[in-house]
Formats: sequence, C-alpha cells, structure tokens
Amino acid sequence: MSDPQYRVILAKLGLDGHDRGIKVVARILRDAGMEVIYLGLRQTTASIVAAAEEEDADAIGLSMHNAGHLTLGPKMMEAITAAGLDLPLIIGGIVPDEDAAELEKVGVAAVLGPGASAEEVAAIVRDAISSRE
Amino acid sequence: MGTEENPNLEPQELWQLEYNKARLRDVPFETMSGVPVDPVYGSEPYPGQYPFTRGLYPSMYRSRLWTMRMFAGFGTAEDTNLRFKELLRNGGTGLSTAFDMPTLMGRDSDSEWALGEVGRAGVAVDTLADMEDLFADIDLSSVSTSMTINGPAATIFAMYIAVAEQNRVAPNQLAGTIQNDILKEYQAQKEYIYPPRPSMRIITDMVKYTTAEMPKWHPISISGYHIREAGSTAAQELAFTLANGFAYVEAAIDAGQNVDEFGRRLSFFFNSHSDFFEEIGKFRAARRIWARWMKERYGATDERAMMCRFHTQTAGVSLTAQQPENNIARVGIQALAAALGGTQSLHTDSFDEALALPTEDAARIALRTQQIVAHETGVTNVADPLGGAPYVEWMTDEMERQAEEIFAHLDDLGSGSMLEGTFAGIENGYFVGEIADAAYRFEREVNSGQRIIVGVNDFTEGDNPEDRNLLRIGAETEEYQLKRLQNIKTDRNQDQVDEALTAITETASDPTRNLMPTIIDAVKTYATEEEIANAMEKVFGTYVERAIV
Amino acid sequence: MDATDNSISHLFETAVSGERRSLGKLLTIIERGGEPADIVAGLAHQKAGNAHVIGITGAPGSGKSTLTGRLIEKITKGGGTPSVLAVDPSSPLTGGAILGDRIRMDDLAGEGSFIRSMATRGHSGGLALAVPAAIQLFDAARYNPVIIETVGVGQVEVDVAGTADTTVVVVTPGMGDAVQANKAGLLEVADIFVVNKSDRPGANDTRRDLDLMLDLGHLSGLEEKTGYRPPIIMANSLEGEGAEAILTAIEDHRNHLSKSGSFETRQKQRTLMEIQNRLELLIGSTSSNALQSEAGEKILTEVLERNISPSEAAKSIASSIIRDLT
Repeated sequence: MSDPQYRVILAKLGLDGHDRGIKVVARILRDAGMEVIYLGLRQTTASIVAAAEEEDADAIGLSMHNAGHLTLGPKMMEAITAAGLDLPLIIGGIVPDEDAAELEKVGVAAVLGPGASAEEVAAIVRDAISSRE
Repeated sequence: MGTEENPNLEPQELWQLEYNKARLRDVPFETMSGVPVDPVYGSEPYPGQYPFTRGLYPSMYRSRLWTMRMFAGFGTAEDTNLRFKELLRNGGTGLSTAFDMPTLMGRDSDSEWALGEVGRAGVAVDTLADMEDLFADIDLSSVSTSMTINGPAATIFAMYIAVAEQNRVAPNQLAGTIQNDILKEYQAQKEYIYPPRPSMRIITDMVKYTTAEMPKWHPISISGYHIREAGSTAAQELAFTLANGFAYVEAAIDAGQNVDEFGRRLSFFFNSHSDFFEEIGKFRAARRIWARWMKERYGATDERAMMCRFHTQTAGVSLTAQQPENNIARVGIQALAAALGGTQSLHTDSFDEALALPTEDAARIALRTQQIVAHETGVTNVADPLGGAPYVEWMTDEMERQAEEIFAHLDDLGSGSMLEGTFAGIENGYFVGEIADAAYRFEREVNSGQRIIVGVNDFTEGDNPEDRNLLRIGAETEEYQLKRLQNIKTDRNQDQVDEALTAITETASDPTRNLMPTIIDAVKTYATEEEIANAMEKVFGTYVERAIV
Repeated sequence: MDATDNSISHLFETAVSGERRSLGKLLTIIERGGEPADIVAGLAHQKAGNAHVIGITGAPGSGKSTLTGRLIEKITKGGGTPSVLAVDPSSPLTGGAILGDRIRMDDLAGEGSFIRSMATRGHSGGLALAVPAAIQLFDAARYNPVIIETVGVGQVEVDVAGTADTTVVVVTPGMGDAVQANKAGLLEVADIFVVNKSDRPGANDTRRDLDLMLDLGHLSGLEEKTGYRPPIIMANSLEGEGAEAILTAIEDHRNHLSKSGSFETRQKQRTLMEIQNRLELLIGSTSSNALQSEAGEKILTEVLERNISPSEAAKSIASSIIRDLT
C-alpha cells in the first residue's frame, strides 16, 4: 500500500474574496502529493468544521486578506476546539508579524506569510500535520 | 472630429487644427535644461485621432494632467464625510468612495458575515441614514462622485439618488461613476450576489434609468484591475476587460439603447504593473482595439463612443511585505508607465499595503509619487512620447494580437455573441481557470528563482520588521454602526418596509419592468441593503462558483 | 491487529449510530485499502442493503455538482438523509488532487446529509474496491439514497453504471454533447438523461438528438430494459429547475426496477463484479508475492536453465498459491 495521503481543507472564511493566494497554495499542496479539499469562498466556521469531519481532514488552511484575521482566526480555533477536532489550523495571507504571534498564542499551528516558497508552504503543512500524529 | 469636415487635410494638419483649439496649462513646455519641445513627435495617427493608439486628446497632458484620484473610505459614514469635506475645502471636486466588505457584498453590519469587517476596508452603509451622513452638507449638484461597488450597486445608487432628492437635487444634476462591473466579479474579484444573467438584468435596468434620467452619470466602469490582481497576464487583463465591455455594449444594444449614446458614457479601469513596456503597450492597444470594435463591429459613429477612457491603479499585488520601502520605487515605475500610456486618472498604492491597510503617511507618499511623475519628469510635455519606438509599437501590436485571439475564442463560445461567450466563459470556468494558471506559473517562476523579486527571493538582507508602523482599526466603529442600525430598525415604519420589499420581489420577477424606481422607493423607507438584496435573491437566487483551482 | 479490530468496530458502531466523524474516519480507512479496509467493508456489508444507489455522471462543466446539490437539497427538505461520494481524478504525476465538488453542494446540503470527496489516486486496486465499500458503509450508516458523482465514463476508473441502481447522465446543450455522450457509451448506461442549462440555445436540439439516438438504440437492439425508455429531463441546476422532475424519474426508475425484477438482476451483477474485482486483486497480489518469494526465484532459475517451461512454472506456482489460500 502507498503512504497515507494527507487531506487538507482549504477555505476562505467570511466575505473576503481574494482567492489568488489560496488557489496557488492548493496547487502547491497538490503538487506535493496531498489531497486538497477546496471549499472556496464565503465559508462559515460551521461549514468548515462539518467538511473537516466528513472529509476526515488532516489539517485546515484558511487564507485572509482583509485584516479580519484577529477576529476570524480565534473564532475558527474556537469552533475547531468546540467540535473536538484534533487537527492543525494554518492561516495564510496578509498577517503582520505581531498578529501572527497573537494567533499562534490562541492555538493556530502556523502562519504563512506572503512570499513563502512552494517548498516552505508544503513543509509547513506537512510538519503541522506530522507533529500531531 | 476632424476628418469629415476637412477631407483634404493631412492627419498632421488636422491634429494641428485640433491642438490649436485646446486650452493649455500655464507652464513652460521645455526640458529641465530649457530646451523647448513639441507637443508630439512621430507619425499618424496623431493623439486624438482614430483609433486613438497615441492618446484620446490632441494636447493630452499639456491641457490637463491626469486626475490624481485617491480612493478613500473608512470607519463610519460620519468619519468619511469629514474627510470628503476636507478634500472639497482643498479644492477637490471629485469624491471617491470605498465601502467596507459587508456593504460590497450586500450584507448589513449586523449580519453574522460582517463580524470583524465593519468599517474596516471602507465605509459601512446599511441604510439611507448612512448615506445621509456620508454626504451631509455636501452640494451634490456641484461634485462628481465615484462609488466603487458592484453586486449591490443598484441599492447604493438608489440611496445616492434619494439623498440628492432630500436636498432638492434632481437626478439629472448628479454627476459621477458607479463601478457596477459585475462580469469581472465572476472572473476575478468575486463580489457577486446573484448569478450572471439576473445581475446583467439589474445593470441593464440601471443603464436604462441613467440614460433616461441622469445624463451626467457613468453607469459602468469596466475594470481589468481586479483581473490582473487575481493573477492574469497583461494581455488577459486587456482582453477580458474589453470583452466584458463588448458584452455590456451588446446587452445595452439588445435592450434598445443607442450605441453612440451609451458608448460615450462607458469608462475603463486598468492595472499598471512593473513590466514597463508591456504595460505601455497594453494601454495603447486598449485604446486601439476599443475604437476599432466600437466602430466596426458595433457601428458607433460618434468618436466619443469609440474612446477608451481609463483610470489606472498601480499593482497592489506587486507590493512586497519584505523591505516594504522598496515598494515606493515599484509604485513610481508603475505610475510612470500609466502616464506614458496616456491614462485619464491614477491612483498610486501605498507602500505598506502588503502588510496592512495604508497609514496616512504612506498614502501621502503615494500621492507625492505621482505628483513627482507629473511635475518633475517632463513626461507630460509630449503626448505619447514613446510612440514610434520599434519596441513599443511591436509590444502594442503584440498585446492586440493576443487579445484578438482571446476575443475569437469567446466569440466562438458564444456562437457570434460576445455577451453569450462571456457568460459561457464564466459558467465553464474559462476565465478563472486561465487566471489561476497564469498566477501559478508566475509563482513557480518566483519560486524557482527564474524570476527575481527584489527583497523576496534575492537581495533579502536589510528587512527590519520591527520598525513598522501599521494602521490599526479598532472595534468602536463596529459597535457604533451596530447601535445605529438597531435604532433605525426600531424607528422606521415596518409596514412600509415590508410593502416596499414585496414590490421589489414582484418587480424582479417581471423582466419587462425596471427595478430602479422600486429600489429607490424601498431605500426611502430605510429598508436595509441586505433586506433589499434578499428581496431580489428570492427571484434571482445566489451564485456559487465552480471550483476551478 | 486486535487493537485495530477493536478500534474499527468501535468506529463502526458509532458511525452507524450517527457519529459523522467516525464515518469520516472509516471512509479514510476504506480509501487506504488493505486489511483494515476489508474489515470495514465486511462490517458494512452485513448492515447494508437498504439504500438506493444513484450514479450521476457528466462531463466537467456540465453542472452535475450543482445538480447533485439541488437533489440533496430537495431530499433533505423532504426529511431524507442523502449521502454523496464525489469522485475526482488525482494528478497522475504527484498523486495529489484538488477536490472541489463540495463547493457547489455545501450551500444546498441540509441537515442530515453527508458529502465525501474521493480522489481516484490510481494505486493498487484503486477505486474498484473503495467505491463499493464506501457505498455499503453509507448504506449501513442509514444514508439513503447514496449518490456517486463522477466525470464521464472513461475518464476515471469508476464504472458508475456498474455500481448504481439508477444512472443519471447529465449533458449540456451545444458542442455536440449528445453525440459525445453516445460515443462515450453513456447512452447505453443511462437510466435517466438530464439536459442541464436548458435556458441555453440549442437545448431543444440536444433533447431531440438524444431522443433520436434512443430510437436508433431501440432499432439496433441495444435496449435491454424491457419496456423502459430513459426519460429526458430538461433542467437548469443554477436556478434549481428540474430537480423535482429528476427525483420523480429516479423514483419511477426504482419502481420499474422492482416490478421488472431488474433490481435483483442488477444487484446480482454488481455483487458478482465486486467479488470478481476482489478476486482478481487477491490473485494478482498473491501471485506477485509468490513470484518475488524465494520459491519463486528458484522456479525462475529452473526456467532460465530450461529445466522446465514457463507454462509448467506458472502451473506449479498456481497450485502452491491455491494450497496457501485454502
């Protein structure tokens, strides 16, 4: 049998419609051999959690470009904890460094800044997942 | 212009005639060293002559610099109103409004979707009351207002008309532009509410309404900016934008509008990226293609209906979070390309936008950057100064060639209709697929080091993240706005609201009726933006895009 | 092994009693294959047998995901508990995949539905085993109907028609879609045709083409469905039009199946196929193991030294495999 394949949920939480970055990340993860379940735009914490359960996801990745990360990031984290899901949440997009620290404090596994290389993106996701196993 | 009246004159003489009529700015048209320069060099077609490759006007920036339009909007309507009044006191005549994300998506501030977004990236407008605050003590008959909104454009537009009416300003006195370009939303920016066809119906209703009632209003600004930001190539930006323009023209013609009437009131909005000559070629090609198509395919006879007037904004996506000060140089180069490309107005991005919303200091530097291009570089002395250069002419031709290939594909998809071709391209994922492919290719090139982005994948020393001063927006705006909306909902006459909303649903289900008057009636009852959106959604449904990654 | 057994049966019990996360995990086990997958499939098999299995297939862009969304919207509103297995191809180069079919269903899916995306992956055994097992698992967990959504025949290794009770083929107007459907063999497997995007020009032509091809199919004797002619339903999945009619047609087809006795025939065929697939896989993997074993090496040497023929070698290995298996 081949190696277990990581399944990663990618979504845009809330109204922000900037999806260039998340689509690039989707391809990077696919090309790194992962299965990406792409939920696209306008998701809620509830729809993301439901998809994570049904898809038995190994990680959730959100992309945020509207300065809403300090509201929405912790909200997503709460929803994940409330559902009793044990998987890493990774946030990418425009997130200032000090906000990244803030997000990591509430349990976000990793924050991907703009300009991360494909290898870095794939490695961060892989490490975030394997450190839970 | 010229040709018909003076058939015997050479293009150069015709241009000279027109140039002589133009009022010029009172500045010396000479180099820094005092060498006088001509208004244009090279050969025909001269600026102001069909197909306008070399510029729309004979004297170009010698008469009037491009408009330095800085897009702004933040916090509550009152905050933005203060900013507007200050702008007007300083001699400005144009107001440009940015709305927050919930407003752009047809959601009220108290919607669960709005959490964390109220007043953040623009001003929050829920009801007519917010619009009253936004334009309080401003004479709407003497300003020109630009509103950047698409999905719920009709509702915001109705609120603007209603505020004017309260101040006894009739619709025919109102001047301005509403972006209202829904097609690019499905292709790139993704701020849509309804599926494409009902959205097109709303736009056609607005076009009919403005044509009949508001001769000074531009009902659509066809925007490639967001297509480029989403990752397209320069040629795709050019082609998709103009194709959307053709689609609107066909929809208006189908609705019985006159192409010369309607065509005159269209304007465009492009991106200016860092590949200097490619951008300049793109701008020149845009004017040429638009003029040819309007004349040859759509039968326009008025040259004003063939002119591709455009606003330009520098490429937000080119800005880097690493060594952000470098972005000032990028913006400068992009602004120069826009000027050399003959733009009618320009917004320059702030260097800190890859990190957060721009601070006031950063926004000022951005404005100064275009002022330097306008007043210090001398590029405004000569129209189309690069015209005739082999590389620039080749690039212009190449942009046109690539665009024509895309038009042919869309025309084919629509069996001879660009409107149907554009719908088909949206439905089958053609646009988003092409854009995603281009974006990914670019990222791979950066990733492999084949393409250097200074400060990101090379020359990376010298980044000082701790020095940064970023704009923070507090939660007070959100609290204020929620309270305000709550009060309005309590004070208004609910029966009137319900009645008005029912009328919208009924009008929506009858394609022969125009939605605008019913929406105007509804906003006057203080029905909210979201309530109105929902009333139409009952008939139109919502749109969810296919996953084209 | 025991620990795995226990945890699998625990997952199974909780999944059957409605724990969605357990069901999600079991589906992963099925996808990964091997012994644990066989255990899950075995447990599911015992409890399955109630759900109506609907296959929905059509070319990319035919709007089948939205259509599926519309169907599950209607089914959940009527109190049903549908599940969807959305199958998409993996990248042949990296084995990775981008699965995006949920996008167009999530908004419409009501309480009580369950959607799972599956990539074809293309590794040993692949979906031929995983899909039937997943269907039975959904069935065991009392999801009904079970819908499998895939791109057209030939593009992925799933034989929808072979797995479903009712196969719905979605075509769109224009571009000779009906003709394409014919070429791809969809005409023969369709129990119901849906002409989606019926507001597009050419929708009626497509309908006529399909009708004509069905007529020809009758003449050439392709039609074995005694008295059953696949209906052609005009739909517009974006607007939600036609969903009701499709559900009615599915119901009609189901009634036809039980009245005509085809239900049993189909189920028999399907079970036979599943056994055959499993058998082939079993024999395939056992024989390659045997060939790679020490004994296999020895026999290879014998053949190379021309002491025995390849045919004799094969027979000798086969008899030792049979001894081992029984």
